Amino acid sequence: MNSTVASEYSSEIHTTPIEHRFNPYSDNGGTVLGIAGKDFAVLAGDTRQVEGYSINSRYEQKIFNVGDDIVMTANGFAADGSALIDRFRNQLKWYKFDHNNKKLSVASSARYIRHLLYSKRFFPYYVSTLIAGLDDEGKGCVYSFDPVGSYEREQCRAGGAAASLIMPFLDNQVNFKNQYQPGSDGTEKKPLRYLELDEVLELVKDAFSSATERHIQVGDGLEIFIVTKEGVRTEYYPLKRD
Amino acid sequence: MVTVRSESNLKNATMNHDPFAWGRPDDNVYGKYNQSIAQAKNNELDAFPKMHTQQPIITGTSVLGIKYKNGIIMAADNIGSYGSLLRFSNIERIIKVGSETVVGVSGDISDFQQLERILEELVISEENYDNQGENNLRAPHVHEYLTRVLYNRRNKMNPLWNSIIVGGFDNDKTPFLKYIDLLGVTYGSSTLATGFGSYLAIPLLRKLIPDDKDYSNIEEEDAKKVIQECMRVLFYRDARSGEKFTLVTVNDEGVKFEKDVEVTGQSWEFAKNLVGYGSKQL
Repeated sequence: MNSTVASEYSSEIHTTPIEHRFNPYSDNGGTVLGIAGKDFAVLAGDTRQVEGYSINSRYEQKIFNVGDDIVMTANGFAADGSALIDRFRNQLKWYKFDHNNKKLSVASSARYIRHLLYSKRFFPYYVSTLIAGLDDEGKGCVYSFDPVGSYEREQCRAGGAAASLIMPFLDNQVNFKNQYQPGSDGTEKKPLRYLELDEVLELVKDAFSSATERHIQVGDGLEIFIVTKEGVRTEYYPLKRD
Repeated sequence: MVTVRSESNLKNATMNHDPFAWGRPDDNVYGKYNQSIAQAKNNELDAFPKMHTQQPIITGTSVLGIKYKNGIIMAADNIGSYGSLLRFSNIERIIKVGSETVVGVSGDISDFQQLERILEELVISEENYDNQGENNLRAPHVHEYLTRVLYNRRNKMNPLWNSIIVGGFDNDKTPFLKYIDLLGVTYGSSTLATGFGSYLAIPLLRKLIPDDKDYSNIEEEDAKKVIQECMRVLFYRDARSGEKFTLVTVNDEGVKFEKDVEVTGQSWEFAKNLVGYGSKQL
């Protein structure tokens, strides 16, 4: 029959295990940057991959030409980054297969990537995502995303480890923030204008060599993807390896 | 114990008096409470959280890999540790996958054995395809496959607790060497090491190949020599390492396993001068 348990608490389970939970994320460092011009866009990133204080690799590609003259990067946790890019690339392939090889616009790519990111809202892809290309009018465009899919089109954006070092520099040099007309005594703002490609490339190189000086996770190499109406091309510049 | 119910007890018989089920309907009258109703909590079964994630139990330490001009070299010792106990000394942690690829695994040994079975299945299914021609199973395919397996397991919060190095040849016949870990993070380099090796061996390996592309000037003997030096340093300083290891060479002649290679050129000269914990010199 139903026997009563002794009223001491000896049979109570008090061996709740100490949870040593598996951490599914890591930080692989690196930094990326996108700038849009009048008829071109660039996406640049360093080629170092780290984990803790160790350098995993001095050259690991993290910016990709995903097709249809769209370049993409997802910087942060490397495994999520490549999973996200693989998923987008695959969807782009099926889109073209299903729609008679139609070209996917950058705006539509951006909207789709937001859905990829938000679909993992409660177990997010731990990355800052950037895509760059030319819009429907042929103007350069950059779209930036947060890890759960908030996105916007911008003239420029830095992402990753040294974003906080590079972004204020870009605000000043691309969007002319805090720059005023000489002789106006700080009353007249410097008017905005599109930067030329060679000016942008110089800015990118300066941004990355400075970030390399001040951030331990940035260095080794700089890879720049340039999108023009002729297509996508890449340039590589060495960075300091210390 | 059989309780005889008296008349006065019967009035309360509808309530359970057991201290752990106080106030519940009496099982004798109403039958056992159905715990599955509205996901009611069952203290007996739910006291332990559902456990997926483990910790590595029997572990293998570092795996080293290096590219050279004709292929790759990989090394790993034969120890299986149970915490700080050197439990097994006959664990072969480098396996051949297909005809021209090797996979070296550190971390949990039972997960390694699971991976061995998964890769065996892969080899069997790929045997159906062209193995003589250009489209046989090669290192980049094995690497991609393992990346997906490990990343999917981490997504289920139930990882395979390993760090893996895959070595062999790329599709264009150049040497291939890439790393994968339990999170699904991957990277490639001319010099790779897992675990303690990433601190102790990588600096020595990078001294031989400072620039990734320069592996093409490295002779097999030089690569082998530096790998053996690394295994010696690891034996000195990694308490979970062993004196015997397996050295694998993959080149255009095929895959060559050298088993029971011993760490050579040890010098314990310094030991006789050590006193206490080593800070004092005689």
